[in-house]
Amino acid sequence: MSKHCVMGLFSDFDEAFAAISDIRKTKVPGVSVDDVTLKSPIEHPEIEEVLGERPVHVQKFTLFGAIFGVTFGFFFLAGAQATFLVQPQGGKAVVPLPSNFVLMYEMLIFFAVWCTFFAYLFLSGLLRKRHTLYSEKVSLDQVGILIDVDEDCLEPIKDLFKRHKALEIREEVLR
Amino acid sequence: MYNEKDINEQIAWAKINADVLRSMENPRKGYWLAVLICVLMLICAAFAEYIQYTTGMGPANLNNPHMWGMYISTFVFWIGMSHSGTLLSAILHIIHADWRKPIYRFAEAMTTFSLMTAGLFPIIHLGRVWNMYWVLPYVSDRGHWPNFRSPLVWDAFAISTYLSASMLFLFIGMIPDLAICRDNAKGWRKKLYTVLSLGWMGTDRQWRNFRKTYLLMACFLIPLAVSVHSIVSADFAMSIMPGWHVTTFPPYFVAGALYSGCAAIITLFVLLRYFFRFEEYMTTPIMEKTCKLTFAIAMVWTYLNLVEFCSVWYGHDIYNKEVLIAKATGPYAWVFWIMIFCGSVVPFTLAVQKLRRHMPTMFVVSLLLNLSMFFERWMIVAPTLSMSHDPHQWDIMYASVVQWAIVFGSFGWFGLLFLVFVKIFPSVSMYEVKEMVFHRRRHLVNEEAAARFHRRKDDSQTTTGEPGLEGA
Repeated sequence: MSKHCVMGLFSDFDEAFAAISDIRKTKVPGVSVDDVTLKSPIEHPEIEEVLGERPVHVQKFTLFGAIFGVTFGFFFLAGAQATFLVQPQGGKAVVPLPSNFVLMYEMLIFFAVWCTFFAYLFLSGLLRKRHTLYSEKVSLDQVGILIDVDEDCLEPIKDLFKRHKALEIREEVLR
Repeated sequence: MYNEKDINEQIAWAKINADVLRSMENPRKGYWLAVLICVLMLICAAFAEYIQYTTGMGPANLNNPHMWGMYISTFVFWIGMSHSGTLLSAILHIIHADWRKPIYRFAEAMTTFSLMTAGLFPIIHLGRVWNMYWVLPYVSDRGHWPNFRSPLVWDAFAISTYLSASMLFLFIGMIPDLAICRDNAKGWRKKLYTVLSLGWMGTDRQWRNFRKTYLLMACFLIPLAVSVHSIVSADFAMSIMPGWHVTTFPPYFVAGALYSGCAAIITLFVLLRYFFRFEEYMTTPIMEKTCKLTFAIAMVWTYLNLVEFCSVWYGHDIYNKEVLIAKATGPYAWVFWIMIFCGSVVPFTLAVQKLRRHMPTMFVVSLLLNLSMFFERWMIVAPTLSMSHDPHQWDIMYASVVQWAIVFGSFGWFGLLFLVFVKIFPSVSMYEVKEMVFHRRRHLVNEEAAARFHRRKDDSQTTTGEPGLEGA
């Protein structure tokens, strides 16, 4: 049985959300809401009400970056200062904490920000080959529902999209 | 009283895309004139730098005791200017002030380009520009590290962190718009936007991660911006020079930075609105809100000035007091009084609604405010160096033509970077304006529904004396 990808384009969020709600109520057997991807020109705040809560993990990488930054900062500076004993310190501490805190603070932010960025690239699925079912209208003013289904679910899904006044339905065979 | 909306909520999403994309193709002639002026200014600076590079620091008129001249005050000025993006984008994003949405993109770009301009000045100031890498934290061939206790090294860390963070913040915020550009562009632009949009498709997963990432970046950018200007103030405050060793310097610098950043936003607001015909997005009510914010910051800056004057006056440190008196009555007094007038008196025009709504007036006022901020930095550097502890070192110095030309050219450099940016990338955030319009329209619909409901309820009460079915 071949796998298909279907995309329905809707004029607004209300119609798209109604379609997803129907999928959620398992009106199409064999199709789960977890298979649904919503494409939209803006982020809709109430999206989780219909799609269910989908977790975001970027902040964990941010925390890792921050902890790494501050730790690396301390050891980098202290290491550099400790090998600097040949120079007279004039009675000052070899590893001066107050001034090191300033630089550790900067390194905390530096690494946290870069880790956040890379985590974002990785977790949001950017830099991947673009799906051929992409429509430019999604970046303009339409809302798209993308769903991977088996061949036998194809027609019911299309009917569901039509019932919810889909402006356009596209499909492709995945394998 | 004017009762206008920040933006017309009936504006169609397709029109937003069309207007912003058109702006990148078809600006007014004034845009090209501005580009030409910036190029000429940059040529002036390049010529002056060539003289300085080949001759040495003599032509710049930098000599003991004035080892820090206008280069360093301009460096502080540009660092200050960079705080605009942080304020308008990060702080207002966190407090959900959605009126920032049509104007935050160019403020973020300003942040990045101001930092790139600021970063040039310590290098130019060195004279031996080929030794600029000495400030980087690396171990030299003699096993020496830079002095990590020095605020000048802190500067290098802070500015490079701020530059990279603000560039990432600008870039991340632009990705959905770059995808819109990719979907509509042709030729080299399409190739550029395809690479930069990183395959954005507007999926719910991408939006969820985008929001969280943007919020996290904003949260980091605010303390970072405060730390950057505090560290720049530490360049002065950590020394024991009269007029510099002041406890209030970090907040004073941060307030001044936000002030000049806001003033620059007003300047560029007026210019972009004209160049790209953005009257529907950069509206008068948004200008009014920006002006009110600038006025509030101007008053904070004025207060911190007074605090500094009073603490020096009542502190009875003779050297500090002499420098303060010299600022107001000495050879630099004209600079000082222009600074006070433009920084503390001129902002009252921002409190007058009629003036706030007049774009040409606000353009001139914003330039005056930034003139004040430029002189403020000059007033920090020059008087202290001309009257330090040793009277035999007292000297008056005015910047030479070479210094002025390089400073002048830095505005051309900044302007050119900015103008090229707004021509290639969308200067109004399309997806954020769509969100703004969407939420406001929805709010309006809800309000109308509620009003209709209450009207029916009242009608049914007056006719039957009992609550109607809808009310029940």
